[in-house]
Amino acid sequence: MAKYIVKRIVQAFFVVILIACITFFLMNMVPGGPFLSEKALSPEVLAAKEAKYGLDKPLLVQLKNYLLDLLKLDLGVSFKMQINRPVLTIIMEMFPVSCKLGAISLVWAILCGIPIGCLAAYYRGTWVDNVLRVFTTIGVSIPGFVVATVLLVIFGVKLSILPTMGLNSFGSYIMPVMALSLSPMCYVGRLTRSSMLDVINQEYIRTAKAKGLSTKVVIFKHALRNSLIPVLTYLGPLTANILTGGFVVETVFSIPGLGRYFVQSISNRDYPIIMGTTIFLASFVVFMTLIVDILYKVVDPRMDLSKEAN
Amino acid sequence: MDNTKLLDIDDLKVSFFTPAGEVKAVNGISYTLNKGQVIGIVGESGSGKSVEAYSIIGLLQSPGKVTGGKITFNGEDLLSYSEEQMEQFRGNKVSMIFQNPMTCLNPVYTVGNQLTEAYRCHRKEVKKEDAIKQAVKMLELVGINNPERRIKQYPHELSGGMRQRVMIAMALICSPQLLIADEPTTALDVTIQAQIIELIKQIQEKTGMAVIFITHNLGVVADICDKVIVMYAGKIVESASVEDIFYNPKHPYTLGLLRSMPKVNALDYERLIPIEGTPVDMLNLPSGCAFGPRCEKCMKICLRQAPPKVVISEDHEAYCWLLAKEAYEEEKNND
Repeated sequence: MAKYIVKRIVQAFFVVILIACITFFLMNMVPGGPFLSEKALSPEVLAAKEAKYGLDKPLLVQLKNYLLDLLKLDLGVSFKMQINRPVLTIIMEMFPVSCKLGAISLVWAILCGIPIGCLAAYYRGTWVDNVLRVFTTIGVSIPGFVVATVLLVIFGVKLSILPTMGLNSFGSYIMPVMALSLSPMCYVGRLTRSSMLDVINQEYIRTAKAKGLSTKVVIFKHALRNSLIPVLTYLGPLTANILTGGFVVETVFSIPGLGRYFVQSISNRDYPIIMGTTIFLASFVVFMTLIVDILYKVVDPRMDLSKEAN
Repeated sequence: MDNTKLLDIDDLKVSFFTPAGEVKAVNGISYTLNKGQVIGIVGESGSGKSVEAYSIIGLLQSPGKVTGGKITFNGEDLLSYSEEQMEQFRGNKVSMIFQNPMTCLNPVYTVGNQLTEAYRCHRKEVKKEDAIKQAVKMLELVGINNPERRIKQYPHELSGGMRQRVMIAMALICSPQLLIADEPTTALDVTIQAQIIELIKQIQEKTGMAVIFITHNLGVVADICDKVIVMYAGKIVESASVEDIFYNPKHPYTLGLLRSMPKVNALDYERLIPIEGTPVDMLNLPSGCAFGPRCEKCMKICLRQAPPKVVISEDHEAYCWLLAKEAYEEEKNND
């Protein structure tokens, strides 16, 4: 187990470095730069600014310097958006906002999604199943910004019962959480339904019934745990994405989170912020995937992590 | 074995309502089982032997439905039971073990968890520690060594034979009066098969429970059963004591089954003798005897009309026109 985790962490390190390199070159391939604004700077000033941040050096040298700094956990300073503030400080300031909103949405998505799936599987083929199927299909296919906009128009503008921006009160969480969690909730519901149906037809479910267990125990003890395995696979990347902020939802509701900041940094060509947020997000995804892989072992004792490591 | 009736099945009919039409999987079968009796139900795949067993324990899967007849257990009508009464009944009065022990245990719970759960769901007052003691006792009974360690293991850590032993322990933990064994040895290799049959036989002798042994292996039947029922296309074709089935079979289908068994002393050039033809299409049952089209002694009437019951001796019955004819002629000669 320990050997497996160490191996995965080493792998994760290289994955993050690779992502950093790719992002670095992509970013530099995009036309424009941090110091090109409407008011043209004189060539001398531009050269001085570039020299200050090391942008005058060849790309490979820049990359080497960046990676060396990265090993010291130094993500550089912002060029433009919050001039000369360390990127790490900025991320640490923005992340808790996204993380809190994301965590609530995630819990909500799981708490509703799994029972939706169980219900649909239990009442397979009846009107309950049909209603839930239509609902989850719509939920999965409508993009977050549409949900966010519709909610905003109905509850924020027409009825004016919920605040339309910021995250200052309990009420202000409702709409962003709904917008952020609808799609994952429906997806979790569909996954749970299909894997539950698969499990219900397994022979050990028949054994459980033959013992005289009640339907409730059969479904919630014997079937649910087995059907959570595919759901768990999806939860890894979902957790990473949702915690680092749905940038669309954050933009629509003007929430000062990491997602919105990331999008702004791209249009501003604030290189260190782009690199910093990308690396942060990538590390988070890799980390969550590892957590999920370890959780497999908890849910399903047949998983042999040590064997996989060899 | 005492002679009080435990289970009485009277004209049981079970159908599956499929999009292609009604499949009469069990088509009017009747038999009784006494306390402590071991009965073997033999037949090929699709003859309705498992479906019949599932309807006793109330585990018929949709779209299967009991469409007629009566199942009486200890004088109580099982078909009138509510779902809750059925839950009380299953695993407590009647238990079942299945064909494939590799897939019949839940992979994510320990053996101990699954055993104690079976015990405590019918003995609510029992404490967890006592249930564990009972589980260990049961594992000892079914011949699993080191049971204290085994109950902490997961099913995938046990071999197929051991898992079937665990299944048996689980089925017997509440001391049921009837054990239904649905081809419990089919998925195991031959040496393990013999051990499992021997085990069921021993436990049966020790506890005196009744057993319904469903199989398509006549060798197994000879080993363990008191009485044998041969089924074909959802109907009983012959029922008799185990001696009569082997030494005095009457129905052409039973004869065919016995003839098709491989012999230990067969000569090199001898081939197995199959029953010709294919199993009957359950969606379109013929109006006469279902075995008629495959029967080498088939007569005109066999294809037209279902054969009557012919009583050969006290507990030997068969459904065949050939026997009816013989009985008729014998009667005529006597007159």
